[in-house]
Amino acid sequence: MVKIEAVIKPFRLTEVQEALLAIGIQGMTVLEVKGFGRQKGHVELYRGAEYRVDFVPKLLIIVVVQDALAEVAVDAISKAAYTGKIGDGKIFLSKVDDVMRIRTREVGVEAV
Amino acid sequence: MKRLIGLTLIALFAFLVVPAYSAESGTPAPLMLAQAATTEAPAAPAETPPPKVDTGDTAWILCSAALVMLMTPALGLFYGGMVRRKNVLGTLMQSFVALGIVTIEWVIIGYSMSFGPDVGGLIGDLSWLGLNGVGLEPNADYAATIPHQAFMVFQMMFAIITPALISGAIAERIKFSSYIVFIALWALLIYNPIAHWVWGVGGWIRNLGALDFAGGLVVHISSGVSALAAALYLGKRKGYGKELMAPHNLTMTITGAAILWFGWFGFNAGSALTAGGLAVSAFVVTHIASAAAALAWMFAEWSHRGKPTALGVASGAVVGLVAITPASGFVSPMSAIIIGAVGGLICYTAVSLKPRFGYDDSLDVVGVHAVGGTWGALATGLFASKLINPAGGDGLFFGNPGQLGIQAITILAAWVYSFAVSMVILKVIDMVMGLRASEEEEAEGLDLSQHGETGYMLDSFSGKGSMEEHSPHSKPVYASTSTPAPAQR
Repeated sequence: MVKIEAVIKPFRLTEVQEALLAIGIQGMTVLEVKGFGRQKGHVELYRGAEYRVDFVPKLLIIVVVQDALAEVAVDAISKAAYTGKIGDGKIFLSKVDDVMRIRTREVGVEAV
Repeated sequence: MKRLIGLTLIALFAFLVVPAYSAESGTPAPLMLAQAATTEAPAAPAETPPPKVDTGDTAWILCSAALVMLMTPALGLFYGGMVRRKNVLGTLMQSFVALGIVTIEWVIIGYSMSFGPDVGGLIGDLSWLGLNGVGLEPNADYAATIPHQAFMVFQMMFAIITPALISGAIAERIKFSSYIVFIALWALLIYNPIAHWVWGVGGWIRNLGALDFAGGLVVHISSGVSALAAALYLGKRKGYGKELMAPHNLTMTITGAAILWFGWFGFNAGSALTAGGLAVSAFVVTHIASAAAALAWMFAEWSHRGKPTALGVASGAVVGLVAITPASGFVSPMSAIIIGAVGGLICYTAVSLKPRFGYDDSLDVVGVHAVGGTWGALATGLFASKLINPAGGDGLFFGNPGQLGIQAITILAAWVYSFAVSMVILKVIDMVMGLRASEEEEAEGLDLSQHGETGYMLDSFSGKGSMEEHSPHSKPVYASTSTPAPAQR
């Protein structure tokens, strides 16, 4: 099982959600985060004091999928989150040791 | 290009105002006052009819007192929105607690010191200690048509908000215990004497003929200059200049500014002490000056920095209100436009230049109150006209250059006294109990370190939280012991 963590621009969430749904992935966890890579922040102005704010609001989407679906899922997410401008985000993949569904106590691939 | 547009707008503004101004200054203002205006101005009417309570005047003064009272928590909101989230309650507290401390100080001794029978032109005596003799019969010296206590309670609200203004300069880093001692001493040693000098019968500034309708010297210069002293003495916030210390809730700040504007009608128009033409005049010019200053700041910032900010418009409005305060009972509506607009520009410049001086006046108290109040007091010496208030005076533009000189001398006196005595008070408190919160307390935020509270618990989860028996003297929950930090940094 693979954990997919995708940092995306917040306004692409609906597209990503729909793209995942289209390939059969119905569950996800979403966090509001701040971050930056190569994207510059912005300047805010308070009473004559200019502040450079480096951190940019992003969303972190977490989905855990069976191994076979991983490549498809990454492809779907990356296409849905793409805008072509700096700051589109990154996707990280990692192995998951095990998964449990709390309601039924199923483990393993059944629980994904 | 943007600068050109901005300058053109300001120039257009001036071209519109100046003809209107010269047209109207030739004719007597419509409100030639029949009534002998009992104002804060020095001239006293010759005959003293037996004081009779006027219900209209009394109603207006009570309303005004309530309006000014509301300005203190509004100030808390204005400041509170500008600090970081971890300090919002501490900042609100610094305004709110003034209501408690100065009220008691005022009724026990402050009113007597400020307005009581004069001693040497410098202070009132203690005849009115505990409001002894301050009853419901009018006091003809100050306000012949309202109960004495109405005047007393109205003045109290000024005494309350003035020290609270200083809190903005030392935001996010003063110990609460030291702060309340500071404002108590400040009220006793700075507010009361200056109020006596300017408004008390026998006060030397009053006798000199200085014009201060509602508190340019007494409120704004005194607090603004003391704020400078405090900011210099306490030193900068940790991380100032490197860390982002942006306002955490400007919606709160704008709300505060709005309520301040509203309350200022009581502050200035109430200082007429009567409900009639003079109050109307003060009301009108107060509003105009605020509007003009808000626009001036907004356009200046727009052309200088590229975008008009909400904080800028709100700050400009406050500056206009500050500037018009000493002039409010003496100037015409067209003068108010100039006083407001020029005040807005001057204070915008002052605030923009602040970083060059290197001190951490966190919320620009100096730029707004010291500078704005100074401009307002000088502007009074320029634009005052007996056509508006026969009991007032004439300024430079109305044929009396001497007034400007008097204003300047008294401004200087207020500056020097406020600064010097503030420094002494700060030093004494620092020696006895320390002034500044420790580094850890400052990093943790005043809300938790000084008050054990959190301003916003917006997370929907808190986890385990049990109610425990808590001894009031148990140690605070820090990893290491907090020690008072040295005040100079």
